[in-house]
Amino acid sequence: MRANRTLEIGTGFFVLLGFAALFFLTTQLPSNGLKVGGAQGGFRVTAQFDNIGDLKSGAPVALAGVTIGEVTGIGIDPQNYRAVVTMRIDPRYNKIPDDSDASINTQGLLGGQYVAIGAGGSETYLKNGSQIEFTQPAFVLENLVNKLFASFASKPAESGQGGSNSSASPSPGGPGTNPPAGGQPDGAKPHGGGRPK
Amino acid sequence: MTDTPGANAEAGSLPPGRAAQERGPGGPHAVRPRGGGRPGILLGGVARAGGIALFALRLVAACGPAFARPALIVHQIYNAGARSLVIIMLSGLFTGMVLGLQGAYLLARFGSENLLGVAAALSLLRELGPVLTSLLFAGRAGTALTSEIGLMRATDQLTAIEMMAVDPMRYVAAPRFLGGLIAMPLLAAIFNVIGLFGAQLIGVWERGIDPAAFWSQMQSSVVLRDASEGIIKSLVFGFVVTLIAVYGGYHSEPTAEGVGLATTRTVVTASWLTLLLDYMVTAAFM
Repeated sequence: MRANRTLEIGTGFFVLLGFAALFFLTTQLPSNGLKVGGAQGGFRVTAQFDNIGDLKSGAPVALAGVTIGEVTGIGIDPQNYRAVVTMRIDPRYNKIPDDSDASINTQGLLGGQYVAIGAGGSETYLKNGSQIEFTQPAFVLENLVNKLFASFASKPAESGQGGSNSSASPSPGGPGTNPPAGGQPDGAKPHGGGRPK
Repeated sequence: MTDTPGANAEAGSLPPGRAAQERGPGGPHAVRPRGGGRPGILLGGVARAGGIALFALRLVAACGPAFARPALIVHQIYNAGARSLVIIMLSGLFTGMVLGLQGAYLLARFGSENLLGVAAALSLLRELGPVLTSLLFAGRAGTALTSEIGLMRATDQLTAIEMMAVDPMRYVAAPRFLGGLIAMPLLAAIFNVIGLFGAQLIGVWERGIDPAAFWSQMQSSVVLRDASEGIIKSLVFGFVVTLIAVYGGYHSEPTAEGVGLATTRTVVTASWLTLLLDYMVTAAFM
C-alpha cells in the first residue's frame, strides 16, 4: 500500500511538472500564444506607419530604450493603405506626451524590430485609444543600399571630368558603365531625390 | 540476421521439455516471425520492419482495452517518466548551459548577444529538446522496457499470462506502450524548460546579458509553431522508441544472450530511427 502511494505521488509529480512545462512552452513563450500572465493591464494606443518592415505582433515598445509595452496588433487602414500598429502600454507609463513620435528600429545588427517612442513636449498625455501622429517608417536596408548605389552612380557622372578622378573611382562605377548602372536602381532614384535628408 | 544460427543452436541445446513447451502453446508470435529458411541481412531487415509494423497495429488495437486498467498505465508512466526525470533534468540543464556558452560565443562575433535567448529557445524547442530526450529515453526507459519484457519472455511469464486467458498484448505490452507515449512529450517539455533556464544561467550570470532582453527577445521571436513542432516531434519519437522497445522485448530470443542482444538492438534502432524521423518531421514542417 505504501509502495503504491509513493508510486502515485511520483507519477503525479511528474505529470504535473510535465504539463506545467508544456503549458509554459505553448502559452507563455511564443509571441502569438495565449498569454495568461500579462496581457490585461495597460492602455492601447495606435500609430500609422508607411512601412513597418519586419515588425511582428509581440514586439516590444520602448521609450529611451526601456520597454514600456508591446505590439498587440498589426493591420492596414483601408482608407489610406498605411499600416496600423496597435500597442499596449504599461499603465505605469501614463505620462507620455501625446505629441511623441514613434519609429520602428532594429535591435542590434540581426535583432528583431521594435517600436521606439520619442517623448514630445506636450502637456497632455497619451491615453487609451489615442493615436501617435508623428511616425517614421521602418528602416529598410534594401532602400538604403539602393540609395547608396544611386548616389555612387550619379556622383562620377556629375563630377567625372578629371582623368585622375575617374581612375580613382571604384571599378564597378566606372564612367563607361555609368548609364546602365544608373538604369538599374531606377525605382530607388525617386526616393533618393524625393527625400533629401 | 547473422545471429540466427547461433541462437538456433542454443535453443536446440535447451532441455527437450522446455523446447517443446516453446513450440507448443506459444501462439503465432511466441516463435520468432522471421520467415523460414535463412534470410539474408537485407531480407531479414525487411522482415523485421514488417514484423514491427504488424506489431504496431496489434499494439494500437490493444491500447483501447488497456484503458480498462488505468492503474497499470499509471505504473508505466511512473516507470518510464518519473524515473527518467533526474537524467532528463540534468541533461537539459547542461545542454542549456552549453547552448548558453556556445551561443554567446557565436553571437558575440556578430555583436548580437541579446539574441542568445532566441537562439537557445529555437534550438531547444525545435531540435535539441525532442531529439536528446528521445535518445536519453531510449537509453533509460527503452532498455528497461526491452529487458523487462524480454525476461518475461525468457522465463515464460508471457506464456503463463496467456495460459490464464489474459492477452499479454493488453496486459503487458499496451500499458507500457501507453506509458512511454504519454511520458515522452512531458519529458521533452521538462527538458526544454530546464534547458532554457540553463541557457539563461550562463547568458545572464556568466556573459552579463540583460535578463529582460534575453526573455523579451525570446518571447517576441518564438511563435506557437516552434513549440508545436517540438511537441509533435516528441510524440512521434515517443511512439517509435516505445514501439521498438516493446517489440524488442516481446520478440527477443528467450535466452539470457537473446535479452541482452534485444536490449542493445533497441537502443541502436531507436536512436537512428529518432534521427531519421527528426529529419523527416523537420522537413515536413519547413
